[in-house]
Order: sequence, then C-alpha cells, then structure tokens
Amino acid sequence: MRTFLAQHGLAARDAIARFGGQIIPSTFNVIVIGVALALPLSLYVAMKNLGAVTMPMDAQPQLTLFMEPEATGEDAEVIGKRLAKHAAVGAQRFVSRDQALENLKRSPGMSELIGDLGHNPLPDAWIVSARDHDPAALEALRAEAAKWPRVDLAQLDTAWARKLDSAVQVGRAIALLVAGLLAFALAAVTFNTIRLQILTRREEIEVSKLIGATDGFIRRPFLYFGVIQGIGGGLLACTLVGLAAWGLNVQLGATLLSFAPGGALLGLETKETMTVLFAAGSLGCLGAWLSVTQHLWRIG
Amino acid sequence: MILLQGVAKRYSGGQTALRDVTLRIERGEFALLTGASGAGKSTLLKLIAAIERPTAGSVVVSGQNLGNLSRRAIPYLRRNLGLVFQDHKLLYDRTVFENVVLPLRVAGFDGREAAGRVRAALDKVGLLNRERANPVALSGGEQQRVCIARAIVHRPAILLADEPTANLDAAYAREIVSLFHAFHQVGVTLLVSTHDVTTFAPLAPRIVELRAGTITE
Repeated sequence: MRTFLAQHGLAARDAIARFGGQIIPSTFNVIVIGVALALPLSLYVAMKNLGAVTMPMDAQPQLTLFMEPEATGEDAEVIGKRLAKHAAVGAQRFVSRDQALENLKRSPGMSELIGDLGHNPLPDAWIVSARDHDPAALEALRAEAAKWPRVDLAQLDTAWARKLDSAVQVGRAIALLVAGLLAFALAAVTFNTIRLQILTRREEIEVSKLIGATDGFIRRPFLYFGVIQGIGGGLLACTLVGLAAWGLNVQLGATLLSFAPGGALLGLETKETMTVLFAAGSLGCLGAWLSVTQHLWRIG
Repeated sequence: MILLQGVAKRYSGGQTALRDVTLRIERGEFALLTGASGAGKSTLLKLIAAIERPTAGSVVVSGQNLGNLSRRAIPYLRRNLGLVFQDHKLLYDRTVFENVVLPLRVAGFDGREAAGRVRAALDKVGLLNRERANPVALSGGEQQRVCIARAIVHRPAILLADEPTANLDAAYAREIVSLFHAFHQVGVTLLVSTHDVTTFAPLAPRIVELRAGTITE
C-alpha cells in the first residue's frame, strides 16, 4: 500500500513538474479545453434559467371547461363534483353564463353590442387549475375532461408555456449533444498533447521498459497530466460561465427582477461545478490513457 | 539458470540472426559471448531479456519459459536482470543519480532506501562524487559505469552486458573488467558479449563463440 501511494505520489509530482515545465503550451491547452467546455456549459446554464422562468408561470396555466349552451345548472354541478373529486385538480371556480355576460358588459363598447343581441350567447364554464403544473399532466386532464358529458370544449391556455417548455427541452438536448461532442474534443486534445509528450519522452519510456517498468508505471504520470489538464480546463469553463452570469446580472440589473425568480440569473451550483470538474478530469484521463496505451502497443 | 534450446531468430526483414542455438549457463557462471559483428551476439542477449522473441526453440530464464510469458509478466522478468547496453541508454535530461535510481522506482522502492542503494552502486563503480552530474558531462567510460551502476542497483541475479568495453580505451576497459570480476565473486551470473576476449582473459571466463548464428564452444 505504501509503495502504491509512493508510486502515485511520484507520478503526480512528475506530471505537475512537466505541466509547470511547459507552462505556455499547457496553458493554451487548458484554454482550448476551457473554452470548448464553456460552450455547452453556458447553454446548459441558459436553459436552466429559462426553465426557472417558466416554473412560476406554470402556476397560472388554467384549463377552461365550457359547457354546452343548452346545458343546465345541474349539468354544470355534476361536472363541478367530478372535478372536485379528481386527483389532478388543484382548484376550481365556476363562472356562470350570467356572470360571464356581466364581465363582458364591463368591457367598454361591449354593453351596447350585447344589448342588441337580445339573448346571452355565453356558456357556463369551469376554470380549473391543476395540482401538478407539468404541461403533460395538464394536457392529460384536458383530454379527459373534454369527453365528460355536456362539456362542449376543454381549453388550455398554456399553449405558449408548452411551446417554451419544449424549446427548453430542445435547448437541453442541444446542450447535451454539444457537451458530448466537446467531451470528445477534450479527450482528443488530451490524446494529442500526450502523444507529443510521448514523442519527446520516447527514450525514457524505452529505457523504463527495458529495466522492468510495467505499462501501468509508464502510463501513470501521463494519466495524471491528462487529469490535471482536464480539471484545469473544467475550472476555466466554470469560471467563464460564472463570470458571464455575473456580468449579465450586473448589466441587466433591474430588468431581470421581473423575469428571474431571484431577480438574478442562476450560475453554477457547487454540485454542478464538481460534476463538471470530475467529468473533465475523467475525460482528460481517458484521452491520456488511450494515447499511452496505443503507443505502448505500438512499441510492443 | 539460462537455457536456450534449438533457438532460431529470423527478423521480419528476412535476415537470420540465429540458426540453431543450444546453450546452458549455470547459476554464478561467468560466460563471454564472442564472435564477429553480426554473428548474433546482441540478438542472443535480447532473447534472454525478452526484448525479442525467438522464431523457433525455447528460452528459459530462472526456470521461466519465456515463450509462455505474457506481456504483463515481462517487466517482472526484467527486474531480475541487469542490462548493460553498448550505447549506455542513459537519459540525458536528468542527473546520474536519477538515472541510476530508475530501476528502484520501477520496482517501487521508497525514497530513503532507494537513495542508499543508488549511492552504494555509484560507490562500487567509483562515481559517488558525480551523482549530481548530468551524464553528458561524463566521459564515455564514466557513462558506461553509470549504465553498469543502473544495471546492478536492484541487485539482479543475472547481468547481461552487450559490448560493455567497446569504444573504451584500455584503462577504462580494465576498470570495467574488474567491476565484473567483483560481481562474479558475489555470485552474480554474467553473460557478456564482446569481441575483445583478451581484456577479460585474466578472469578465465567460459568462452562461447557464435559463428554465423550457431554456437561453437
């Protein structure tokens, strides 16, 4: 165990020394990785903010059940009881046809028009807000209620919310896709960096093999290098995204108060930052591993 | 200790280095491998160190048949060997000390014990005061001695040396011969390839001659 730790300590020290020894190319690699990772990361944060904007608004979407014109008050009551018992329903409010007419009359210019009509063309209506604000749940409730007896029409006023939600979903999918692509790029950048390092250290690798170094021993410092480079890039990406969120908050200031829930754009949480660093480190490690392993196989 | 049976080696280019070699070297023996350039001396040493694989025949080192040895097991075989190369194979981006400590690092020795062993090895080859030097700053003979120190620092049972005295003047060559004599006396098995038999003559070694890929003793 002590030997194991000592060997890892040596490999890590070797990797750090090598990173510091080539500080300029190392820094540029970190910048490439950092900027590449910042792209999907900022997209992710943007989607997180959009999602947060739609969340409180989802409280408002309502389902309106219009009764058939010839439906009676009893019919409406039956529907009311049914709604009250339904698990998906949060709150319900009855608007009678007379009430609706009164409301309409209050709108300027409408009273005369309605007076000319002679009868009330409006139906009774139930206005329902769902317990669960998930658009899919609302839609399910709508479809169900539309089939109830004497219900003429069930209408969701959340079409826009659904559209925004699906846009956020698409955005998230794109962020994931871009993240996947750039994760590949990160591994590739590391692969190439390590390949160049191997070329300059070919003699050392050859001699090490001749004196009994295992593949693991030879691989280890390169893996540490890949991890350091990956985490460096990840840190840079998180910093860039954090700075961008901060800059936007400063610049947009009060405007945001009306949109964002906390009056400010959300950045990355500690857990998310840790995930990014872990992923970047792992990808760096993977790129390095592939590079060294490929080389070791080639030299036999 | 080392046993070659019906060994042939043909390189992928079609060149035949060894034809039919059968050779047995006992524990603690001191054998000289001689022959003209291209007779297959280096190839034979490489087969014993599993740097090359034979095209036919079997090579057994310390009871291990190298033909059955997996890729992963080769490093552990090499840790029982000390290899001295004609071209030294030193690393010029680090000090003498760091060169010699390499086999110990590979085997997982920790700092203090490793340092002690490195100094003992450097002392044996008379370079204790040069441990901080870069190998580039050393003469050819000194570089060869660093290479020898690196080959013995982990106290291998077998020492394989490929032309250790080539390119050295007579005085340096004698130093190296006396070093090998000392190793032989503490029980190390030595197989040394050379075309310079006279330098080693004082040790009265067993002489194995390779001619056109086969052995004539």
